[in-house]
Amino acid sequence: MSLTNDYIKQRLTDKFGEAVSQVEETFGMLNFTVPKDLNLKVMQFLYDDEELQFRFLTDLTAVHYPDRKGEELAVVYHLYNFAQRVRLRMKVYTSVEDPRVFTATRLFESANWMERETYDFFGVNFVGHPNLKRILNVDEMDYFPMRKEFPLEDQSRIDKDDEMFGRGGHIGI
Amino acid sequence: MSEQHNITLPEGSIERVTQTLNLGPTHPATHGVFQNILEIDGERVVSSESTVGYIHRAFEKIAERRPYYQITPLTDRLNYCSSPINNMGWHITVEKLLGIQTPKRVDYLRVIIMELARICDHLICNGVVGVDTGAFTGFLYLMRWRELAYEIYEEICGSRLTTNIGRVGGFERNFTPAAFEKIEKFLVEFPKALKEFETLMNRNRIFMERTQGVGPISAERAMNYGFTGPNLRAAGVDYDLRVAHPYSSYEDFEFSIPVGTTGDCYDRFLVRNGEMWESLSIIRQAMDKVKGLPADVFHADVPAYYLPEKSDVYTKMEALIYHFKIIMGETDILPGELYNAVEGANGELGFYLISDGGRSPYRLHFRRPCFIYYQAYAELIKGAMLSDALICMSSLNLIAGELDA
Repeated sequence: MSLTNDYIKQRLTDKFGEAVSQVEETFGMLNFTVPKDLNLKVMQFLYDDEELQFRFLTDLTAVHYPDRKGEELAVVYHLYNFAQRVRLRMKVYTSVEDPRVFTATRLFESANWMERETYDFFGVNFVGHPNLKRILNVDEMDYFPMRKEFPLEDQSRIDKDDEMFGRGGHIGI
Repeated sequence: MSEQHNITLPEGSIERVTQTLNLGPTHPATHGVFQNILEIDGERVVSSESTVGYIHRAFEKIAERRPYYQITPLTDRLNYCSSPINNMGWHITVEKLLGIQTPKRVDYLRVIIMELARICDHLICNGVVGVDTGAFTGFLYLMRWRELAYEIYEEICGSRLTTNIGRVGGFERNFTPAAFEKIEKFLVEFPKALKEFETLMNRNRIFMERTQGVGPISAERAMNYGFTGPNLRAAGVDYDLRVAHPYSSYEDFEFSIPVGTTGDCYDRFLVRNGEMWESLSIIRQAMDKVKGLPADVFHADVPAYYLPEKSDVYTKMEALIYHFKIIMGETDILPGELYNAVEGANGELGFYLISDGGRSPYRLHFRRPCFIYYQAYAELIKGAMLSDALICMSSLNLIAGELDA
C-alpha cells in the first residue's frame, strides 16, 4: 500500500482533531501546523505508527515572520518515511517573546545540532535540549542574526557616496 | 630461565590521568577548519567534543538579499569538492518553484557534470583515507584524473573549483566539441586508474586491518543520526535520492546502488569506490543519449529567467529588457515554499526555499549533509584508538565549507 498525503492527513485529524491546522499540499508535499506544545506528541505519533513510520528527521530550521504578532517564529520540521519515500513538513509557531519549543532530541539524535543551529540564529529555546549553546557563531554573541530586524545592506541604496562602485555620487543615477 | 613476575600494585596507588588533545582547528588531519577536543587515556579516546563554525560565512543571510542567479556562487562554497552538484541542485530547486521544464538534453548534460563531480569528490575522499592510513600513492595518482575532470569543467564554464556552472533553465553555453572529447578521454582513461587504485587498496592487508571495524555504525543509529549518502549506504540502507526521488531525468538511467553492511570505514570506502564505477556507467549512458538529441539545445526557453544571447541584446528590444532585468536583479520570482533535495556527493543536499514573490528568497535554508552526520563522530570514535579516530574522520567525508555554510 502506498502512503498518500490524504491518508496521512486523515490519520492526523483522526488523532489530533482541530489541533492540526493549515493543512495544505504544496509541490506534492503535505504541509501542516500544530500547536507548539503538541509538537513532540505529533512527531511521536508519526514515528511510532506502523503505517506512517516517519522515522527520519531530514531537516529542522526556523523562519522569522516579524509581522505575525504572537507567532513570529516558525520552527519547521521535515520528516521522511524511508519505506514509502514520503516527505512531510510540520510547522510550529511560537512568539518571539517566549520562544520555547520542546526539543526533538529524545526522538532523533540528528536534532541535536540542528536545534543548536536554530537557537544560534533565531533564538528558539528548545526546552529539554541536552546542550543548547551556540554552534556556528561565537559564544559571546548576544543577538540572533537571522532574525529580520538585522537587515543586510540594501544594494540599491543611494545615500552612500560611493563613486568607485557606481552607486550614488555624480554619475547621474 | 627466570619465571616472569607480574608486579601487582596496590589499588589506587597510581593516579589515572587523561589528557586533553586539541585536534584542530588547523590540524593537517582534519582536512578542514574544525576542531575536536579529545579526552584521551593513553591512546584511547575517552570522549570528544566537536567545535564547528570557524568558516561560517552566513550564506543563508546573504541569500536573503541576493537575486536568484547570484546565489549560485554561494552554493559553490558549500561542498567545494563537488560544487557542480550544489549548483545544479540550486538551479533545479528554482526551476521547480518556477515550473520550468528543462529539455532532455539539458538534463543529460547536467547528469554528466554531476556524476563527474561525484567521482571527483569520492576520489578525494578515498584518496585521503589512503593517505591517513599511510598510502600516499593512491591519492597522488588519482589527482591526475581530478585534474582532467577540472579541465572538463573549465571547458564548459571557465572555472575549476568553485564552478558557478549552469544557469536557471540550462547552461550558459553549449558544450564544445573539446569538452566532449575530454569527457570521452576521461571515460577511457579513468577506469584504468581506478582499477589500479582498487588493486592497490581493496584487498591490501594493511589497509583492511586499519579500516575494518573502525568507526562502525548500525543502520538504525545512522538513520537516527540523520546520515545520508554513502555513509548511510555503507550501513546498509539503500537510500539514494537519484532513485527515491529522481530529478534531472535520473529515471532514464540504469545503475545500481552499492551498499555495505557494517557501516565501518572499510565499507564506506568500498561504497564510494562502487559509486565511482556506477557514475562512470551513468556518464557513458548519458553521452550515448546526448548523441541522439538535437545538438543546439542547451537551455529551456524561459526568456524571463534565462540571460539572452549577447548579440540579441544589441539588436532586439525584448532581449535587452530581459537582460537588464535579470542583471539588475529585478526579476520577481513566484511566491511559494518548497523543499528540494539532490543526492550530493556526501549525502542529501536540501534546499528549503521560501519565496514571498520578491527578487530574492524570503528564507533559504541549506540542508548540509555533513553538518548533520558529523554530530555522530563523538559516538563513532568513543573507545577507539587515536589513529583510528583520524581515519574515521576522513572516511566520513567532512567538508568544512559545508559544515559551516
